[in-house]
Amino acid sequence: MKYAFSFLAVIALILIAGLGSQVPGMQYLFGIVIPYLAIMLFVGGFVYRVIQWAKSPVPFSIPTTCGQGASLDFIKQDKLDCPTKTSEVVARMFLEIFLFRSLFRNTKSELHDGPKITYESSKWLWLFALLFHYSFLLIVIRHMRLFVDPIPFWLSAIESVDSMLQIGAPTLYLSSLALLGGIVLLFGRRLINPQVRYISLNNDYFPLVLIFAIAVTGILMRYFLRTNIDIVNIKNLAMGLVTFSPVINVKIGAIFYIHLFLVSTLLAYFPFSKLMHMGGVFMSPTRNMANDSRAKRHINPWNDPTIKPHSYAGYEDEFREFMVDAGIPVEKELSATKDEA
Amino acid sequence: MYNKGTIIPGLIIFVLFVTFPIWFNGLKAATVPKPELPPGGEKKCVESVEYMRANHMQLLNEWRDNVLRDGNRTVVTVEGKDYRKGLQQACMQCHSNKEKFCDSCHTYAAVKPYCWDCHLSPKEAVSKEETH
Amino acid sequence: MAVPKLEQLSKSVVQGPSLVTGAVPTKDWMDVPAIFKPGNYAYPAKQEKVEYLNSQKDLNFPNAREWSPEDDDWKLPEGWQDIILKGLKERLDKFRSLKIFMDCCVRCGACADKCHFFLGTGDPKNMPVLRAELLRSVYRNEFTIGGKILGKMAGGREMTVGVLKEWFMYSYQCTECRRCSVFCPYGIDTAEVTMMLRELLHLVGVGINWILEPASNSNRTGNHMGLQPHTFKDNVDFLAEDVENLTGIKINHSFNRKGAEFLFITPSADVFAEPGLYTAMGYLLLFEHIGLDYTWSTYASEGGNFGLFTNNELMKKLNGKMYAEAKRLGVKSIIGGECGHMWRVVHQYMDTMNGPADFLEVPKSPITGTTFNNAASTKMVHISEFTADLIKNNKLKLDKSRNSHVKATFHDSCNPARAMGLMDEPRYILDHVVDWVEMPENTIREKTFCCGSGTGLNTDEIMELRMRAGLPRANAVKHVIDKHDVNTLSTVCAIDRATLTSLMNYWNPGCNVAGVSELVGNALVMDGENRQELDEGLRTLV
Repeated sequence: MKYAFSFLAVIALILIAGLGSQVPGMQYLFGIVIPYLAIMLFVGGFVYRVIQWAKSPVPFSIPTTCGQGASLDFIKQDKLDCPTKTSEVVARMFLEIFLFRSLFRNTKSELHDGPKITYESSKWLWLFALLFHYSFLLIVIRHMRLFVDPIPFWLSAIESVDSMLQIGAPTLYLSSLALLGGIVLLFGRRLINPQVRYISLNNDYFPLVLIFAIAVTGILMRYFLRTNIDIVNIKNLAMGLVTFSPVINVKIGAIFYIHLFLVSTLLAYFPFSKLMHMGGVFMSPTRNMANDSRAKRHINPWNDPTIKPHSYAGYEDEFREFMVDAGIPVEKELSATKDEA
Repeated sequence: MYNKGTIIPGLIIFVLFVTFPIWFNGLKAATVPKPELPPGGEKKCVESVEYMRANHMQLLNEWRDNVLRDGNRTVVTVEGKDYRKGLQQACMQCHSNKEKFCDSCHTYAAVKPYCWDCHLSPKEAVSKEETH
Repeated sequence: MAVPKLEQLSKSVVQGPSLVTGAVPTKDWMDVPAIFKPGNYAYPAKQEKVEYLNSQKDLNFPNAREWSPEDDDWKLPEGWQDIILKGLKERLDKFRSLKIFMDCCVRCGACADKCHFFLGTGDPKNMPVLRAELLRSVYRNEFTIGGKILGKMAGGREMTVGVLKEWFMYSYQCTECRRCSVFCPYGIDTAEVTMMLRELLHLVGVGINWILEPASNSNRTGNHMGLQPHTFKDNVDFLAEDVENLTGIKINHSFNRKGAEFLFITPSADVFAEPGLYTAMGYLLLFEHIGLDYTWSTYASEGGNFGLFTNNELMKKLNGKMYAEAKRLGVKSIIGGECGHMWRVVHQYMDTMNGPADFLEVPKSPITGTTFNNAASTKMVHISEFTADLIKNNKLKLDKSRNSHVKATFHDSCNPARAMGLMDEPRYILDHVVDWVEMPENTIREKTFCCGSGTGLNTDEIMELRMRAGLPRANAVKHVIDKHDVNTLSTVCAIDRATLTSLMNYWNPGCNVAGVSELVGNALVMDGENRQELDEGLRTLV
């Protein structure tokens, strides 16, 4: 019942913000202080974590080769899965980061009587993950309309595409539905797939529930709980935040403060959680290295040059007689060593 | 090896992305739009200012559905004054300047209502009549 | 340990309690202790072997003692937790991979059913993600803010004896084959995690004999088998005699010869035990065929490196012999025989650890003139690369019909496939020497399944585990046996030659295991040969 804890935690967060923001004066805490702290923790924490990773070297060249490497002229290299040039590595990383290529490979194994094991292509996880991540990205970008002025044309264009079905007023965003769908599918997968369910931790359920709550409060605010939700006031606050001159001089509905508090929680939680996979995916040595370790020497900064093999001299000293008897060439003949002794 | 040459630029790009609104705006907050009050001096609307600010789009949508889809053209009466359900026939009778009223906020908040796909603003309506 | 009968195990893998088939344990994995009983663990290292290694300069193998995994008390040293945690901290600072792999896993489960140990045992802790969680839980508890504050709530765990026992059990039920890493969206490589777990365990004197004994042999005598120089030479000489008896060709080979053009190094198992012997005979014939100027070495008589399965320092120390011997003998470059983990070390570690080999030249085939630029720095070329180039340039006289008794398939060994990208060279060779077919798509190339006994796990006391772990590979072989009457499983790995033989005998009796070079040797038409009727190629008894 690990997921139950995550629901409770998120409900608690909602109550804190919902009730807290209604106390006179507390709007400044929820609308200004906490968002500032959260974004500082996010940027600072993210950079800190990446630097902490970067402080450890990559001592060996350990790419996972997923295709034929560069060798003889007549053997065709798989440049994407076994890159040797930087451009090829970049291409591999691009597909990994933007299209989740490794997940695309996924297979499902089944064990049948016999025994017989079968493997089938299984792209569900890949599909759910793409749906979730891209809709989330789109939503983040779309929110920039609240933070910038004038609005760049590409932002309006994204907005128009996202609301192209022209359903309702304010118009329905497709990305909102996609995000909710993505979360429900990923969450459902955690519950239904016995293997994934067994490995899931609070750390896995909590971000999903939190993002789900962020999406739901956003949707409620936009379409249903519109009391005191005037976009002009909200943008005014948002613009104030990013120009370091925030003011709150009007009443904004509690749902807004709940939404904002949950987002702040996500931002603050991000660097200290598995969500750092966003940065980590760029830095995984099994993916971002060229498979050229026999052609170019990779340097290990902590390589200890004093570690030497058990010496040949020591070896010959131990086995010289046998070697000479067997006719194996030696450095020091038997007589010479006897003379020394 | 440490890959400083990739990681540091990478982090800079990350920070630039995240702080996009800060440098894009150059610390200048946009002036908050002040929609023009009806030039005719009308003080009353169908609902309170707060309600209209937050919910006008939903009210208009409801009116459109009433009139166009259900054929329900009942007149809305508020404090003895009758309003016909319609953007041009009600709202724009008082708020006659689209640019200074509607557009001021819509531009600010990057909202592109599709009202004007069918409706004409009073100004456009006049110019259209003149050409006929 | 008695191995269960085929029928029993066949039933057991499918019907026994297994998370693969959906039997979910009722207890959370953190509450399920590791229980050791005969057959489910490899024997601990003998005290004298650990003491020997610890006595070597540069090596640290403390806390040698007699102990048994079945005992409650493992006689761990005073302050062992601190030793482990300090060791972990040190390794986090040394390996970025470890930090990233500890922090980035999202437990998506893509790796879960990719592990041959999981498929064969159904044990949840053999899902690569859980194997890593065994370490990750301790890492969280000690090294992350969330884990320090929230403890178990954030997936953290104290370092207890129970945890240590789990580490021992499951880091020796992983063959570092990297298959999970292919499917992981972040490329998390359980091999890296297992290596760290094993290194940490060695800090408190916990290791297995099947690894440490060959490693100490290799340090002293130059090879895992502990063959002393004269015995090593005798073994190769016997093989040369066998070749002469079979083909009438006198083999000219040499040992520790200064000034040879190439140093040839292959796993010592090839000169010691069937079916590797036939592969070694293949090498001898091939080199004779082209008149290669090369020498064997008794000092660097081991291609394999069990240091890779132990710790970094030992790996480096054992590997150092290759360059040291090449330098001493004054050869131009090195040719390496067929081996899996040897090539992981040569390809990804050797140059970094023991290079630069500026006393050697970029390998160049004296027969074809081809320069092996892919080995420009390490200066060591793989026998399959070398042979494929010879075939391409028509430098070998081959008669495929001499392998007409063979219908082969090809097993990609984990390390050449996933840590080197050597996949098509052996296939190119096979195309020219034998009639062969591929196994199913999801079981070959980068998706190949491990033999189930790599990384020093090919010891008899865990035979049932090995047969279970090898099931996915055996099953794919069975598929082509049934469909195409395959009778030979070919491979370019010495451990495979040993372990797949046991695996085939168990799951697919009648299927032979052969090195690719053996099949080359079978097909070679030698000048001046006086060849007998060889119904079984180099295996024919005369």
